[in-house]
Amino acid sequence: MSQATQVTARRSRLSRSRLEKTYWGYLFIAPFFLVYAIFQLYPLGNTFYLAFQKYMITGTNKVIGPNPVGFNNFAALFKASSGATPKVVQVFINTGIMWIINFIPQMLIALLLAKWFTDTRFTIRGQGAIKVMVYMPNIITAASISMLFYALFAFPQGPANSILASLGVIDKEIYLNSGIAATVAFRFLEDGWAVRLIVAFINFWMWYGNTMIVLVAGILGVNPSLFEAAQVDGASSNQIFHRITIPLLRPILLYTLVTSLIGGMQMYDIPAMMQQQGSKAKDMTQTVTMYIQELVFEGTKDYGRSAAVSVLLFLVTAVFSVILFYIMRDKEASRQRKMMRAARKEAKL
Amino acid sequence: MSNLTDTAGRVSGSYRARIIGKKTLIYIVCIFLCALSLFPFLVMFVNATRPSADIAQRLSLVPGNMLATNWQTLEERQNFDFVRGMLNSLLVSSSATFLCLYVSLMTSYGLVVYRFKLRQAAFTFIMVVLMIPSQVSIIGFFNEMYKMGLINTFWPLILPAAASPSVVFFMRQFMLGSLPLEIVEAARIDGSGEFRTFNRIAIPMMAPAIATQAIFIFVGSWNNLFTPTMVINSQAKFTMPMLVSLLKSDRFRTDFGTVYLALSLTVLPLFIVYFMLSKFIISGVALGGVKE
Repeated sequence: MSQATQVTARRSRLSRSRLEKTYWGYLFIAPFFLVYAIFQLYPLGNTFYLAFQKYMITGTNKVIGPNPVGFNNFAALFKASSGATPKVVQVFINTGIMWIINFIPQMLIALLLAKWFTDTRFTIRGQGAIKVMVYMPNIITAASISMLFYALFAFPQGPANSILASLGVIDKEIYLNSGIAATVAFRFLEDGWAVRLIVAFINFWMWYGNTMIVLVAGILGVNPSLFEAAQVDGASSNQIFHRITIPLLRPILLYTLVTSLIGGMQMYDIPAMMQQQGSKAKDMTQTVTMYIQELVFEGTKDYGRSAAVSVLLFLVTAVFSVILFYIMRDKEASRQRKMMRAARKEAKL
Repeated sequence: MSNLTDTAGRVSGSYRARIIGKKTLIYIVCIFLCALSLFPFLVMFVNATRPSADIAQRLSLVPGNMLATNWQTLEERQNFDFVRGMLNSLLVSSSATFLCLYVSLMTSYGLVVYRFKLRQAAFTFIMVVLMIPSQVSIIGFFNEMYKMGLINTFWPLILPAAASPSVVFFMRQFMLGSLPLEIVEAARIDGSGEFRTFNRIAIPMMAPAIATQAIFIFVGSWNNLFTPTMVINSQAKFTMPMLVSLLKSDRFRTDFGTVYLALSLTVLPLFIVYFMLSKFIISGVALGGVKE
């Protein structure tokens, strides 16, 4: 009996006995689907339902609705007051901008470090320690980190302003006189672009270590004989990186891109903590999830409109998820094809 | 002849010089990045020991001697109950982690070990919902929790953890590679019940995956700010990240030292855990990225 037939025989024996216990499979997966249905699927359906209802609690605690209103909530969201950008569009733009300013440097730095750490011409000592250090911010509570940066960029007297004073960017003499320090210090937290940059920086700073570790693992997972062959053929390390490493890493790079984008669209903790009471910067730094929350917590609690924003966020996220799903499915399918081919080859032998 | 050696020698010499130059550059960049990771935390810990007036004046990395005073100010601020927040967070995060791990293991075991009609459909469903973030359904969730009378309880923070598609996905991938079905079969022949086999044989074999996932689930739950701010409204039930947001209130406007001390308290436990388990965590990150 050849090896292949033996394997088939064993498989069929196993599947037969598995078939006998088939109801156990349902029992084992039931709790997951039950909890998922109650705590995620129903709320999702309910959110969609509410998006098409007029449903609010007024300032005087009067409940209105839910009454079906068709697309009124969406129409109200997109109706711009006097030619300005509708707020719902603005929050998507804000989220997108803060994500992209974080993602581009994050990917570049992560790729550069990954290239260095896996270069075959030399070894970088202390890689483990470096990874531990650069990954560290990722594990710390984002709310604490944001509050820390909030304190660092405080006005008038925070460490950021102190550094600028000691560098001579702002007048040191005036700055050190606490009575008039406010006349020269920067109001970082009241400037839209400054807050956007701080938020993007925190995101970058928290995530590039994670991306780098994933990329290094990906590169180390590439068959080393490919690199050796390229080296024997006289390829330079830059050529190897651009022609072999990057193309082979494409699935991982795409995965990182899409997960980061989906995560980025939900951005909440950091920009929410960065808001200074009454600061003008809010218009430029409010994210989609912050807006969803604002609609149900501030003033008239408008569940319908808030749900409508959630639906929009869901749709945007869904598009990205579908893209990712296809990428991953293709990977799985190609692996299966490869296995089939190997099995066929074995059977012929 | 000597000419050739000469050329070769010079070439390899300049090559070596280039490598050394490049390595130096790499080390400088890496040291800078490590310093960048540490610097904000260093400022935070140092400022926790300095008097507020001094902090307002200049940046310094020399610890002061006002830790006790700052601590006292913090104690006097009734609304920053650090121990309470810590206990709340511990309760929520450890329950969520346990529940998430156990149910995810059950689900992946069901998908790997048994062959049933809806098996592929169930797995496809998990793959499809893998990327749906819980934030998008928060309004429906809030509405539902309100109707169920669960607002201002910990249940909405714990129970949903039982259904984490990404953890199930990870566990399934790991189980496919590390749980030989022959062992399940052998246990069956020896008369072990299905649940007993799962608890006594499958779970111990999954220990490495469980340990890695446990850390990430725990930290994710501990750090969550969005869901708690939606469902918790009494300060006695605040979790750690929610306590942090209190530090922005006017009470702390000029007490810089106290703010930094409070922040240090929220960060310190994570710091300790991280540096104790760092090797493990880093390999977990690498594993997660490659597996997915």
